[in-house]
Amino acid sequence: MDIHEYQAKRILARYGVPVARGGVASLPEEAVAEAKEIGGDKWVVKAQVHSGARGKAGGVILCRTEEEVAAATRKLVGSRLVTIQTGPAGKPVGSVYVEAASTIDREVYLSFTYDRATQNVMVVASAAGGMDIEEVARTEPDRIKRVLVDPAVGLRPFHARAIALSLGLGKAQLGPAAHAIHACYRAFWEADATMIEINPLAITTEGKALALDAKISLDENALYRHGDLAELRDPTQEDPRETFASDKGLAYVGLDGTIGCIINGAGLAMATLDMIKLAGGEPANFLDIGGAASPERVATSFRAVLQDPKVEAILVNIFAGINRCDWIAEGVIKALNEVSVKVPLVVRLAGTNVDEGMAILSRAEHPIIIADSLADAATKAVAASRAMAPAE
Amino acid sequence: MAVLLDSSTRILVQGMTGRIGSFHAADMISIGTRVVGGVTPGKGGTTHLGLPVFDSVHQAVAATGATASIVFVPPPGAADSMMEAADAGLAVTVCITDGIPTRDMTELKRFVRMQPEGTRTRVIGPNCAGVITPGQAMAGIMPPHIYSPGRIGIVARSGTLSYEAAAQMRALGLGVSTSVGIGGDPINGASFKEILELFEADPDTDAVVLIGEIGGPQEVEAAGYIASTMTKPVVAYIAGLSAPRGRRMGHAGAVISGVGESADEKVTELRKAGVTIAPTPSDIGRTVAEVLGRAA
Repeated sequence: MDIHEYQAKRILARYGVPVARGGVASLPEEAVAEAKEIGGDKWVVKAQVHSGARGKAGGVILCRTEEEVAAATRKLVGSRLVTIQTGPAGKPVGSVYVEAASTIDREVYLSFTYDRATQNVMVVASAAGGMDIEEVARTEPDRIKRVLVDPAVGLRPFHARAIALSLGLGKAQLGPAAHAIHACYRAFWEADATMIEINPLAITTEGKALALDAKISLDENALYRHGDLAELRDPTQEDPRETFASDKGLAYVGLDGTIGCIINGAGLAMATLDMIKLAGGEPANFLDIGGAASPERVATSFRAVLQDPKVEAILVNIFAGINRCDWIAEGVIKALNEVSVKVPLVVRLAGTNVDEGMAILSRAEHPIIIADSLADAATKAVAASRAMAPAE
Repeated sequence: MAVLLDSSTRILVQGMTGRIGSFHAADMISIGTRVVGGVTPGKGGTTHLGLPVFDSVHQAVAATGATASIVFVPPPGAADSMMEAADAGLAVTVCITDGIPTRDMTELKRFVRMQPEGTRTRVIGPNCAGVITPGQAMAGIMPPHIYSPGRIGIVARSGTLSYEAAAQMRALGLGVSTSVGIGGDPINGASFKEILELFEADPDTDAVVLIGEIGGPQEVEAAGYIASTMTKPVVAYIAGLSAPRGRRMGHAGAVISGVGESADEKVTELRKAGVTIAPTPSDIGRTVAEVLGRAA
């Protein structure tokens, strides 16, 4: 689960990572009040959206007067910020973060993730702060330091010092940087993050380390033990189709095509999307209904898929293991009775209770196109969606 | 014995008295799996499905001689249950549970690495369909009737895609020695490479089907092992050719976040290693038949 910068900084501050003084605001007068509270004569007003690269997109504005703070807030809040990471639709700005501007000597890069190859935590650091780290990895691999951390022992002070040393910092800067690195690790581990990226970690002219920007992704599977963090979810930053589905407990990813998909199992769902592409079509979504799906759940899946007005055909592909084809078929019938399905429907059932399931479908009043294999299902769905597509 | 399980393997069900554990344990027993008891802390001394229930894995092992377990414990306690299985010295523990925190899995894997190499508990999963040696034993949730006993190994991250493969093979008269689900989580138990090593050494397996997907390094690692060491033919299918970068596709581990993690890159590496790629998920069975035809 992604969270906003200001939320990430509050978590980091809780573990002792130094951050600049700041406050969140959604109205110009609130922003000015925050600026007054912070003091000083220079502030940064930053759009709070779930995306990196906000600066280049005009989402970070340096202000020298309270009027400028108010104007920047007015400009950003209510707009949509389009970054290289958001896609052309951008993301809505609901609030800004007002922060004291700092005078910076050095900027470095710091991130914490799980390394899937060694199954440890990996710290990545680079003296090339503020830059795209993948670009640095490709062009200047020597400027990247990687440290693997044994989860039973954790990040030790010597690790933090070694990382700080690798960044080429001045002697007086090493201590504060090492302290910040160590605190970040604790935040990563104890808050059950799956990613923390501090880009950049700034060393100010006063010799302090400061997390200037902060991105945190939290492990959704661990939110049950962090009630306060679970509340940080911001549905306005999600695709509305995905919000609807995830509120219903469905694994759904919105895509750009026209064939709505209802499938069991993440692997089979991915494979079905591939099959649709190979058959010349484009899937509208990924949707895994999961195991032991009740008829209600199947009907809810139809509602989720039909949230998307681009859908021109629906493909249901089930290989029932824990699932039962008769329940799925009942769910299809229930959906057809309760939801207005005006697009062609292709169904392929296999596995547990397939004969019972097919018998139920054969009694449906709504026309159902039956497919007998994955390939057959994809071909029929693509043909059906073409027949529905507006004439060019 | 095929790999991991056969008709003589004594299996415990951790979380057997719960609704899901109960349902699948009954299924496992109905096809002849040698389930010897359940473990539910607090319910020791009772019986369930006609089998003894124990308070701990240690007690269950002492009483039954079990060497394997399957875990149906909900996410907050699942990693702890696998640690307990490892601590009790089981050779294999299979975890079906989906939704275990990544930190818990990381700690579990560290715990298992403390065991001396060669005696380490083999963790299978989590978030997987389990293991079946058709005609002999199942520690899993798959529909057993879609498998014929045979000489092809299957190793897959996705459960449903492994069913798809088994059903396609059965339709062509090809059976399975053992099918192993390694699961869809970012930090998991046995890797593709570890299961390939078992199949390579198994006299009852002639060829292997590997079903991978986007995300993580294990398909590329497997390609390295296949190229350097493996003598048996391997057929592979990789799901997610059309998956957008950076999006998590259902499985917690199915996300392209770095070099070598896309389906295209994995297909390229496997092909370079001499693996025959099934061009579509509908062609897995046919591709296996062709490869066996060539080998014969």
